[in-house]
Amino acid sequence: MPDALAAHAEPHGHAHHPALQHHFQTMAQQQEAATLGMWVFLVTEVMFFGGLLMAYLLYRVWYPEAWSEGSLELDIRMGGFNTVVLIGSSLTMALAVRSAQTGAPRATVRWLLLTIALGLTFLVVKFFEYKEKYDLHHIPGPNFVFEGPQKDHLQIFFSLYFGLTGLHALHMVIGVSLLSVITWMAHRRRFSPEWYTPVEMSGLYWHFVDIVWIFLFPLLYLVDRAHQLS
Amino acid sequence: MGFTLVVIIRWQLAYPGSPVPYIGSLFGTANAPGGIVLPEFYNQLGAMHGTIMVFLGVVPLAVGAFGNYLIPLQIGAPDMAFPRLNLASYWFYLAGGTVMLASFFVPGGAANNGWTSYPPLSDLAPGTGQTWWLVGMAFLINSSLLGALNFITTVVQLRAPGMTWFRLPFFVWAQFITAFLLLLAFPPLEGAAILQGMDRLAGTSFFLPSGLAVSGRPLGVAGGGSALLWQHLFWFLAHPEVYVLILPAMGIVAEIVTNNTRKPLWGYRVMVYSLFALGFLSFIVWAHHMFLTGMGTAVSAFFQTTTMIVSIPSVVILSSLILSLHGGSIRFTTPMLFALAFIPMFGIGGLTGLPLGLATTDIPLHDTAYVVGHFHYLVAPGTIFALFAGIYHWFPRLTGRMMNDTLGRIHFAGSLVCMNVIFMPMFVQGLAGVNRRLWDGGAEYAHAQGVLSLNVPMSIAAFALAFFQLFFIVNLFASLKAGRQAAANPWSATTLEWQAATSSLRVYRNPYEYSVPGASADFLPQHLPADA
Repeated sequence: MPDALAAHAEPHGHAHHPALQHHFQTMAQQQEAATLGMWVFLVTEVMFFGGLLMAYLLYRVWYPEAWSEGSLELDIRMGGFNTVVLIGSSLTMALAVRSAQTGAPRATVRWLLLTIALGLTFLVVKFFEYKEKYDLHHIPGPNFVFEGPQKDHLQIFFSLYFGLTGLHALHMVIGVSLLSVITWMAHRRRFSPEWYTPVEMSGLYWHFVDIVWIFLFPLLYLVDRAHQLS
Repeated sequence: MGFTLVVIIRWQLAYPGSPVPYIGSLFGTANAPGGIVLPEFYNQLGAMHGTIMVFLGVVPLAVGAFGNYLIPLQIGAPDMAFPRLNLASYWFYLAGGTVMLASFFVPGGAANNGWTSYPPLSDLAPGTGQTWWLVGMAFLINSSLLGALNFITTVVQLRAPGMTWFRLPFFVWAQFITAFLLLLAFPPLEGAAILQGMDRLAGTSFFLPSGLAVSGRPLGVAGGGSALLWQHLFWFLAHPEVYVLILPAMGIVAEIVTNNTRKPLWGYRVMVYSLFALGFLSFIVWAHHMFLTGMGTAVSAFFQTTTMIVSIPSVVILSSLILSLHGGSIRFTTPMLFALAFIPMFGIGGLTGLPLGLATTDIPLHDTAYVVGHFHYLVAPGTIFALFAGIYHWFPRLTGRMMNDTLGRIHFAGSLVCMNVIFMPMFVQGLAGVNRRLWDGGAEYAHAQGVLSLNVPMSIAAFALAFFQLFFIVNLFASLKAGRQAAANPWSATTLEWQAATSSLRVYRNPYEYSVPGASADFLPQHLPADA
């Protein structure tokens, strides 16, 4: 693509940055358009999770006892560990963007690789959490087993747990794939202080996925713990 | 495609139990033994007619095609901001459309739960048709979201120098607000579709209440879910969706009216503000589709109030369009005829909506043919007329040739008469209490007997309507090959899409400077410098 654009530069009669697409006048305009587009995309994501949280809200108001019982069933140690991992990955992501901005490609690659590693750690821990639920027959459906008065309503809690965390994990998988591509591009020295838009956009996405978890963790794991402890 | 389905429906309503002629044998014995439509197949036709018309027909044409083509031209941009996303949006659309249409051929046929897919019915529907419907919708939703994202960024970032916000043509404004509606309304439906998919595939019961029984046997699900939750999430999309269908139509009509009256658009700014109001209010009226769900009088009162308020900006826009006609020297071109017909047709659709927006009068009318008549007036002789107007109007810009006027006028007159013969009696039937979605059109009900005979002329009109569309199709293809060569700006329009594209385009004027006193020509294009 950049070669093709560079070849185009001649008939133009002027040279421009190889990453500048034809329908933009300046790099700044292109960068602004990408940023706006990404934020608008994140708005749709907020609405998407918002709709699902609406379902969460309804059932939590209907079945508070099931919610308090269900949140105690979740593994707070794994969840807490994952929360720390994700917040850490947001820091390394921010440092990667910063390195790209200041023109330090080696540091960019290093921070991106660390971010990917943290993201994968999250997914591995999540896998063991899911496996534990599977062994305990806490997967909703015909094989669901739970002893207690809230049996049926706990199925809804677990349905939401798997729905919400599953979609979040899917976003994580997409994020890790995205970062892998970006890392490769950074390794090939494609970014410079004039053009690091893809790094920044992936960063925005990564932070968003992080924030979703910051909502999910208390809503699912912590919802009634304080009450139970006191 | 959507229209073919409805033609079969109309055959069934007019002549219940008679074989569908000519094409009846094509449906296969599972759907229509001997060419006679079975109730299950009838339900598939109904659900898929709605889905195809709304999500595969009008939205892609009004937003995808017209928006994508005209927005960059009208704002003087070289292209959309994200061309690759645009392409992705198209592929999503193609995938969604293919899944939808292919679902007719899976065992058990396509989705048959109405285009609204209410649970518990849709959760429990046998066969895989409903699941494919959900998959298709997910593709279509993503397609629309990418498109909306692209529109917003393009309009914000890529306007030509001098193209200030209040120099934007009204059509661009309409598309801009529409993009926001798509952007905010679709994601919750996507979430809801995932929940419904989990109910169908993973054995959850988000939308299945406790104590359900099918054919007298209790259902083996956990229950405890809420069927109403789906309705809330669905209508939170689907009411703004109504405005997604109508705003681009208003945009097209406004462009054509102002061009053919040779007058500036009356109250341009007020119309733009009305668009904002419509866009905002459309998000807080959704539960007026749910007055019968027993959600309580306080909630009903709130939603009927917002529903009455949302009609105000619509009336403002419609009135402005009528006032734009006043004192103009109107050219009755083919696009103008369609645009002119849009105004009263949309008016009928809008006014008949008021009784539906008030909880008291909605209770007897809900789910009757009256509702069907109401929204069809909005989208058929409303939106679809606007789309026809748009096609006749911008065809020369796209192809360099004019469409044939005589064929266009026959198409217009035939369509106008037929549409009214089809939809007007629906109000009568609905007021008599005939429910919609009845396989035999209500023949089993005593109260329907008096208005049943109306089904025959309605259906004949539907067949005639199909016939008059031939004039359009022939016109489209013949003009493409052999239409009269069009001048660069055949309608003497002011907006940028008709001006020769140059790289240093600059905008100096408001969008509709027609018949400016003392000017040398009766129209001053937007890129004309002030001293020219």
